[in-house]
Amino acid sequence: MSLIVAEDISKDYQAGEISIKALKGVSFEIEPSSFVSFVGPSGSGKTTLLNLIGCLDKPTHGQLTVADTDVSTLDQKQSASFRGNHIGFIFQNFNLIPVLTVYENIEYPLIMVQNIPAQKRKKSVMSTLEAVGMGEQKDKYPDQISGGQKQRVAVARALVTNPNVVIADEPTANLDRKTARMVIELMKKMRDESGTTFIFSTHDPRVVAEAEIIYTLEDGELTGREAKGGTGDV
Amino acid sequence: MFSVLRIAARNLRRYKRRTILTASLIVTGVVFVSVFVAVSGSFKNMMIGQITDSFLGHVQIHRKGYVASIDSLPLTMNLKSPAVKKIDEAIKEIPEIEVYSARIKFGGMFSNFVETTNIRVNGVYPEKEIKTAPLLLSRIKEGEKIIKKGEILVPELLAKGMKVKVGDMVVVIATNKDGSINGKQFRVGGILESATGPGGRDGYIHIEDATEILRMDNVEISEIAIRVRDFSHLYAVHNRLHDMLSKERNKQGKPIFEVHTWEKLSPFYNVARMIDVMTFFVKLMLVAIVLISIMNVMIMAVYERVREIGTIAAIGTLPGKILSMFVIEGFCLGFIGAAIGSLLGGAIIFVINISKITFNFGRQKGLILSTSVNPNDLLLISVIVIIVSVLASLQPAFKASRMDPVQALRHV
Repeated sequence: MSLIVAEDISKDYQAGEISIKALKGVSFEIEPSSFVSFVGPSGSGKTTLLNLIGCLDKPTHGQLTVADTDVSTLDQKQSASFRGNHIGFIFQNFNLIPVLTVYENIEYPLIMVQNIPAQKRKKSVMSTLEAVGMGEQKDKYPDQISGGQKQRVAVARALVTNPNVVIADEPTANLDRKTARMVIELMKKMRDESGTTFIFSTHDPRVVAEAEIIYTLEDGELTGREAKGGTGDV
Repeated sequence: MFSVLRIAARNLRRYKRRTILTASLIVTGVVFVSVFVAVSGSFKNMMIGQITDSFLGHVQIHRKGYVASIDSLPLTMNLKSPAVKKIDEAIKEIPEIEVYSARIKFGGMFSNFVETTNIRVNGVYPEKEIKTAPLLLSRIKEGEKIIKKGEILVPELLAKGMKVKVGDMVVVIATNKDGSINGKQFRVGGILESATGPGGRDGYIHIEDATEILRMDNVEISEIAIRVRDFSHLYAVHNRLHDMLSKERNKQGKPIFEVHTWEKLSPFYNVARMIDVMTFFVKLMLVAIVLISIMNVMIMAVYERVREIGTIAAIGTLPGKILSMFVIEGFCLGFIGAAIGSLLGGAIIFVINISKITFNFGRQKGLILSTSVNPNDLLLISVIVIIVSVLASLQPAFKASRMDPVQALRHV
């Protein structure tokens, strides 16, 4: 059974008097534990699509189901709650909370979103920290660690709640080549260990090469789907 | 909750300079208000104390209608023995009343055998009067601190004008309620310093001398002044007395007595009220300072942290929690300002007290400014500051909680 099902979804934006069609009737399915990349030029609708899958936004038309929930019908509070329990986010600019330490940043969703008891929380945070190799940096603040380390922390924060899906919008855009590869490998490793589905958008061909399924977006339309071992039009 | 508090505290520490500046503004406001409340409150209390303890007493009972014509001191409106007895019985039932003093008040002529002027005479039972108006004796600046039969305490104003001194003989002439004139010779027993308010021409004699001048067969009382044990029970005592005495009716069914607190009897009540109004407006200024400064800071905080708000919203923080994060930040600022301000205010009040600053009030010179602030007042000021801080944070916090995460994450 598919984890994500998008049926003919569209997204229109209004910029003044002009209506912009960011997505035009996109349909696809993503299976659990997938490692999926959406690629395409700037303005092709990658980020819009990730926002829809991540329940940050709602489609104008069509139906989008994530973990058996029709997310297009959720209100602001329900969306927030759904995101907190089912979705993890990794951002291009890491978006760590500057006033919290590495440990506290990872702990944040467990306290503020899921209300996990202290002992269980500590165990989860420590194991995730160790998994991303940031155990020794746990008391440092974000401005005391490197970009690669920040992204590791962001990966840990996204995974600590055991989400069904992790959405990563250009996760390697601000990283050098070596660090980018390391972060991608880390995400793959975490997928293998936790079974979480990773969906990311990227321009970077080296990152694309690591994806198992690649969707191509152009002008808001899904123009291609490539899976390791086969290529096909959508 | 603890985590929200921790994040709020760290965010305040993150913008150190701004936090310090805003907190300083609140501290200054709290210090100013608490010192003002202490000084004005102490001044007011001292003023009330001077008035009530010098001559007025805390509560007064008269025959109904007497106060309306108090300037003419009408002898026809005096209280006869049965009425005084009823008042006495009522007073005995109220344990909060410490003491009371019955007075005969009348207007008369004061003569030094060369010149004559008018005087307001108070015929009193010395012991009771001194207990009811304990500052009376301290007002005797010359002569023995006692009211003896055959002697008169002459107000300073008259003594100077009439050039009389302690030991001189004077005559007091008065008309009784039947219209016949009588006079009595007195030895000046003391010179009475002016009290604040309407008492500048009030002389004191023994009540028996008063009955003699007025040719009263039975003592008829103009007023009964009452001193309560605890000034904070003033209104309770007044209300109880009023309730008990209002039951007493004359043949026409109208009340016999009227009961008034000092406030209705002294024009200085309006000054006290004015001090209260000023204090209210000063508190209002504090509210405005806190409201504007906290709102300004919190609006800035939201504006500067749009992406952070987008991030925490994206990872599933509920709008209510985002709102509480900013409200608690405002609360913390208010709390810090109120706490430091109260401590500093208390310290300044302490310094004012040990400095023994003097001031003049009316004709009284060299009064020591003895400030004190009620801990409840400090608590009230702090609570006002904290509530206003929370209220001021609400609008920016609400804005943050309603932020669209997509837009917020795009914010540069």
